[in-house]
Amino acid sequence: MRRLAFSLAAPLGAFVLTLIVSTIALLAFGSSPTEAYGDMLSHAAKLETQVDILNRATPFYLSAVAAAIGFRMNLFNIGVEGQYLMGFLFAAQVGSMVNLPQVLHIFVIMATAMIVSSLYAGLAGILKTTRGVNEVISTIMLNSIAVGGLIAWLQQEWQADLGENFSSTALGTNEIAESGLLPTINGIVEIFTREVGQGKELTGMFLIAIAVGVAYYVLLNRTRFGFDLRASGINPFAARAGGVPPKRMVLAAMMLSGAVAGLIGMVELAERGKFPPDPIQGLGFAGIGVALLGRNNPGGMAFAAILFAFLDVSSGVLDSTGAASREIATIMQGIVLLTAVIAYGVANRLRERDEAREAAEALSANAEVVPA
Amino acid sequence: MAPAIELSGITKRFPGVVANDNINMTVEKGEIHAICGENGAGKSTLMKILYGMQPPDEGTMKVDGELVEFASPTDAIERGIGMVHQHFMLADQLTVLENIILGAEPVGTGGAIKFGDAEKHLARVAEDYGLTIDPNDMVESLEVGERQRVEIIKVLYRGAEILILDEPTAVLVPQEVEALFDNMRELKASGATILFIDHKLDEVLEISDSITVLRHGKTVASLPNDGVTAHDLAELMVGSELPTPETAESTVTDTVALRLSDITVANDDGRPVVNGVDLTIHQGEIVGIAGVEGNGQSEVVDAIIGTANVVGGSIEFLGRDITKESVRRRRESGIGYVPEDRHHEGLLLSSPLWENAALGHQTKSPYGSRWWLDPAGARAQTETIREQFDVRTPNIDVAAHALSGGNQQKLIIGRELTSNPEVLIAAHPTRGIDVGAQAAVWDDIRTARANGLATLLISADLDELIGLSDTIVVMLRGEFVATLSPDEVTPRDLGAYMTGAALQQQGAN
Repeated sequence: MRRLAFSLAAPLGAFVLTLIVSTIALLAFGSSPTEAYGDMLSHAAKLETQVDILNRATPFYLSAVAAAIGFRMNLFNIGVEGQYLMGFLFAAQVGSMVNLPQVLHIFVIMATAMIVSSLYAGLAGILKTTRGVNEVISTIMLNSIAVGGLIAWLQQEWQADLGENFSSTALGTNEIAESGLLPTINGIVEIFTREVGQGKELTGMFLIAIAVGVAYYVLLNRTRFGFDLRASGINPFAARAGGVPPKRMVLAAMMLSGAVAGLIGMVELAERGKFPPDPIQGLGFAGIGVALLGRNNPGGMAFAAILFAFLDVSSGVLDSTGAASREIATIMQGIVLLTAVIAYGVANRLRERDEAREAAEALSANAEVVPA
Repeated sequence: MAPAIELSGITKRFPGVVANDNINMTVEKGEIHAICGENGAGKSTLMKILYGMQPPDEGTMKVDGELVEFASPTDAIERGIGMVHQHFMLADQLTVLENIILGAEPVGTGGAIKFGDAEKHLARVAEDYGLTIDPNDMVESLEVGERQRVEIIKVLYRGAEILILDEPTAVLVPQEVEALFDNMRELKASGATILFIDHKLDEVLEISDSITVLRHGKTVASLPNDGVTAHDLAELMVGSELPTPETAESTVTDTVALRLSDITVANDDGRPVVNGVDLTIHQGEIVGIAGVEGNGQSEVVDAIIGTANVVGGSIEFLGRDITKESVRRRRESGIGYVPEDRHHEGLLLSSPLWENAALGHQTKSPYGSRWWLDPAGARAQTETIREQFDVRTPNIDVAAHALSGGNQQKLIIGRELTSNPEVLIAAHPTRGIDVGAQAAVWDDIRTARANGLATLLISADLDELIGLSDTIVVMLRGEFVATLSPDEVTPRDLGAYMTGAALQQQGAN
């Protein structure tokens, strides 16, 4: 009971704090908080906006899980950004070169993305295990190498031959055949709701993200590998003495993190059918925030991803209704992250103290002193 | 003259437990006053009350004859009370001077720190109390004993005249303990009052002027250090007949469980720290390694566990060459390990007890398998350990850091022994735990020995070594310099071998 109270107090506290600070921010900008919150909520109540939010939350969530795998063993994979873009590009290119039955075609594309991203993340792992290079530095550098170097070059190499039909929107890799595109799941959604309007479609990756979340939970809590991973994160020396091979774990965690990162780009790929000249960027970094807010917990990160997505989508809403400036959403993302970190820190401390007291009670339970 | 500290009727209750029960204690000015007691006897609570970290529920405190009430350590510091914690709180990347003034920087106009003033003040404090330290050394380059001195000076710098030292010798090697005691005598000579907590009774007897013994939150004795023996003190602490580490008849068999041949271990610089040692342990045998810390004992342990850089020789486990095997393979095939520092290598402090029990055994039933972890099996096994080894905890889901040192150690001993090892490597298995837990650990090791366990015991407690071992080897500068029978050797002899004195004598003869 007490434990539940502790785990609920932190997010609740963070929420209240965020609300207070953003209200102050809104007032400072001369907007009406009630109007702004009202617009955000009334739009979020619409089915179409909800589809938008889930479409946005899906890559956030995958990115968060990728980051969290590293975080759980104190490995800071800041390179999710570069990793998923690499996977995205290669998957698009490979997918456009083959023509296979649907299931197989999709499988080949996703496998390519995961393998390429995983290998790219593995580079940082190898640098760390063989040369002791800090993974934060190497992954940040690998991000630049990927985006500014490899991808910029390969985009040229793999540019589709457009012939006469040249237009800037037609740029990008060759289009993948219909069989390679993950179907949307509006059919499933509409079982529970009315028909989704405005041409909004829920990405099939939504289901895959849920599967990834479940797999992440099982891996961490139910497998020996997951235990080794967590143990290495908490106390690498104790883990090593307990038989966990430290170097192999670094490499494995890095590559696993990369493999999940590979799925991030699949949301956009399914939608656009190619690697566009202007892929959505920044998802890898957003995932770090989502993982932080969700405490690396599969359920917590799902909630955080949806919250971030809601704020993202709301910025568009505020823009169109004019209730407040769109930047307020970004500000709120920042505030919620900060307050969450503080609230969790405080709650953690309280919980630890509580536990120590309980244990002290147990210790002297049979040596109970009768007060004079 | 009013006493430095006078506590009367101090009582502190936590829900369901009385940590301090009507404690009365008087510490005279300029004396060294030791506080002994088992873990959980209420020493830490009492110190926290004295240092203003917790208010007492009842009772009064007088400092220099004046009634005081502390709301926080700041109040205590203002009254001239300073505390040196067991775990140092220093920033490695700063110099000694910077560490000392941290939080109490003398600031000039424009916010600039007046380092010159600080250094002058520090020099005066150091001279007053006869403590030497180079203010410009980087803390990271200091030995443990020197770091402790920095902590002490830090407290003196802030004007403390009453020092509380929380288990100051726990982290020190014997030479450093001597240095610390010299410093303490200097401090006393300069008028400081010292209050210190210690487990090691010989140290208490050596340095203190008076001794207060706590048991179950009460003061059971407060006496001058005058004709008291370690045995007396220990009995006061435990309140019953003392357990002694004595093994019954020999259970040594002919089967070799572990054999090290010509093992050489190199440190990070490539220098040998263990130099061609041979060692054989039979089933049912306890082999003890005696030695001043830092003479290669830890590296021998690491070599057997598989975490050391073994550059020569071979290790045979039940007839199988395991020199090149991974740590996991060794642990799986039956090498149990009680590390010398349970926080460093033994526990996942923030994880629940059942996960800690699984650590090192997660690949085997009942904790798990090659691929899967078995939380239900692990929990059941942890409950077994909790019962069999008397681990006192509200439940097996609390984090390991919530347990006292003795209970953490019992958990570690329990997890290793219940996994039926063939060989147990026990490094300082009773370090820093109370007398009661100590006796329990000895019993557990003896029982396992009777069942055929081969044990390598490393300990700084010579009575423990002599009492438990079937054979004792002495390690000096990376080599085994003597093999002795515990029946014929006294702690005094052992000490002579450990420091090399006995060998020089033999050489002279």
